[in-house]
Amino acid sequence: MRPWVAWALLLGGLSAVSLCVGATSIFTGELDAGWILAISRFPRTAAALLTGVGLALAGVVVQQSVQNRMVEPSLIGTPEAAMLGLLAITLLAPGAAIVTKMSVAAVAALLGMGLFLLIARAIPRHDPMLLPIIGLIYGGILFSSAIWIAWTTDLMQYLGTWRLGEFSGVMQGRYEMLWIVAIIALLLYAIADRITLLGFGEAQARSLGLNYAQTRGIGLAAVAVITAVIVVTVGYLPFVGLLAPNIVSRWRGDNLRANLPVVAALGAASVLSADILGRVLRPPYEIPAGTIFAVFGACVFLWMLNARPARRAHG
Amino acid sequence: MPGRHGAPMADRRVLMLTGVLLAAALLFLTWHLREPMGFILSLRAGKLAALILVGAATGAATVLFQTIVGNRLLTPGIVGFDALFIFLQTMLVLVLGGVGFTQLHPNLTFLGETALMTGAALLLFHVLLRRGAEDIARMVLTGIVLGLLLRGLSDFAQRLLDPSEFSILQFVTFASFNSVETANLGVAGGLIALAILGALRLAPSLDVAALGRPVARGLGLGYDRVVMQALALVAVLVSAATALVGPMTFLGLIAASLAREVVPESRHALLLPAAAVIGAITLVAGQFLFERLLGQQGALGVVVEFLGGLLFLALVFGRRRL
Repeated sequence: MRPWVAWALLLGGLSAVSLCVGATSIFTGELDAGWILAISRFPRTAAALLTGVGLALAGVVVQQSVQNRMVEPSLIGTPEAAMLGLLAITLLAPGAAIVTKMSVAAVAALLGMGLFLLIARAIPRHDPMLLPIIGLIYGGILFSSAIWIAWTTDLMQYLGTWRLGEFSGVMQGRYEMLWIVAIIALLLYAIADRITLLGFGEAQARSLGLNYAQTRGIGLAAVAVITAVIVVTVGYLPFVGLLAPNIVSRWRGDNLRANLPVVAALGAASVLSADILGRVLRPPYEIPAGTIFAVFGACVFLWMLNARPARRAHG
Repeated sequence: MPGRHGAPMADRRVLMLTGVLLAAALLFLTWHLREPMGFILSLRAGKLAALILVGAATGAATVLFQTIVGNRLLTPGIVGFDALFIFLQTMLVLVLGGVGFTQLHPNLTFLGETALMTGAALLLFHVLLRRGAEDIARMVLTGIVLGLLLRGLSDFAQRLLDPSEFSILQFVTFASFNSVETANLGVAGGLIALAILGALRLAPSLDVAALGRPVARGLGLGYDRVVMQALALVAVLVSAATALVGPMTFLGLIAASLAREVVPESRHALLLPAAAVIGAITLVAGQFLFERLLGQQGALGVVVEFLGGLLFLALVFGRRRL
């Protein structure tokens, strides 16, 4: 069986399960099954798949841009920066259209990443673990300013929903912006080779003929928009962008032209699985996919950290 | 060059800092004092003691931790201690229920939490440092990720609480100096004082350990043993402070950085007391400023965290070395 057939079967199977599982049964005929599918189950499934694709791709781009596999947007403060932007626009123009809010959040996310890149330049490269440590502290600072603003202006609840990704609120008419992720995914696939080159670092990438600054700018803009869309519509899920690319690259190496679809599929499958799991663990209540992924993702990350050999020189 | 004349000079600076702390403490106690004096004084004295204990413990713990890690940007607070604290509180509320939780004897919860947190921290250090104390960055990152894991589990458990239990929990997991259990001050004071004394006894070894593992071992220091002892002290200090008032991440960074400015040499016999005193001054003076002069009781924690965060960025940009 060709790999893409296996992936298609996996995603198709998960989607079918996701369409069938939920608080109301679609098989007993009490409610119009087609109506439930159209208004709730299908949007929810699509939202989980798109979110997974977006987060996984954002992780790849960030990892290539800073040449460090231990990071992803939520480990360098990007969602927190987007939340600060959202808070600002919510306070300044409460009635702004959702597209406006999202654009402001995207700009803020981009600024946040720019500042992090400035910081990252001051950090020595000898130890790859330093970058995520600094990134987490940086994100923590951004988030504590966000908490402070939200606390003084009574917006704490917003902050909670932006930070904790979940799909129970997804309905027809409230998730369509996530399709932007699909467009960005296609764009990233078109420049996959150049993003692979980013991972060589500035000097080498330039000598291979890459316009480094421009490529990295496009990549990070894509990450910013993906992050903003996800934070606004369903809330952020940690670790997806870290795990999907790492698992794929351990298994298939670093040719992004070949691997980007696999990374995207893995991200989509894992987010959808987390959402399904959250629905069946304690029905009729739901556990947010973000919570499930935080626990599961942290465990895998711990394994990644401590399973790989510390230093080959000791052997 | 801080040569032979440097040492007494720095000693005098630590004395001066202690004087500043005493002055701040007096001001805190006596500002606008009116009847009933005894009652107000005892209230203020309790709060003052908490501020001094937490400031001193956090400052000293951060200096210890930074020496061991060989990095002046990190604080023990970021290694998941706050998440562990919140997780323990959540579990207590979940298991005992809201009413049972509020009826627990405060000394019992305090000692239990401190013991559990110290134990967990030592276990983490032990498991991760067994292969050699040079792999500190991995340990730090593992601690942070464990913190994220615990936070996820707490989120998960909080979904199972009913709203009134949740509000009790929210109240105890916010860093606050207004709700300190005075019953715990004696126990916490004893623990923290012992740990700081232990750190001072370790000071000469720490001076050598600060040179890095190869050099320190070359000079005949049992480096790994010193690291484990210092980390045990850090665990006790941070756990006691966190269990007393709740999580504070960046206070230690402020205290340790200022201490290194005031005491320009890296003798731990001076650095440790300086950082402890500066930590205490920061909290006492800050609380005085916000509570008495600006009339904002709850703002100190947030402001210290925010300023500490800015300081962190300034250090990254200013020094350009880690």
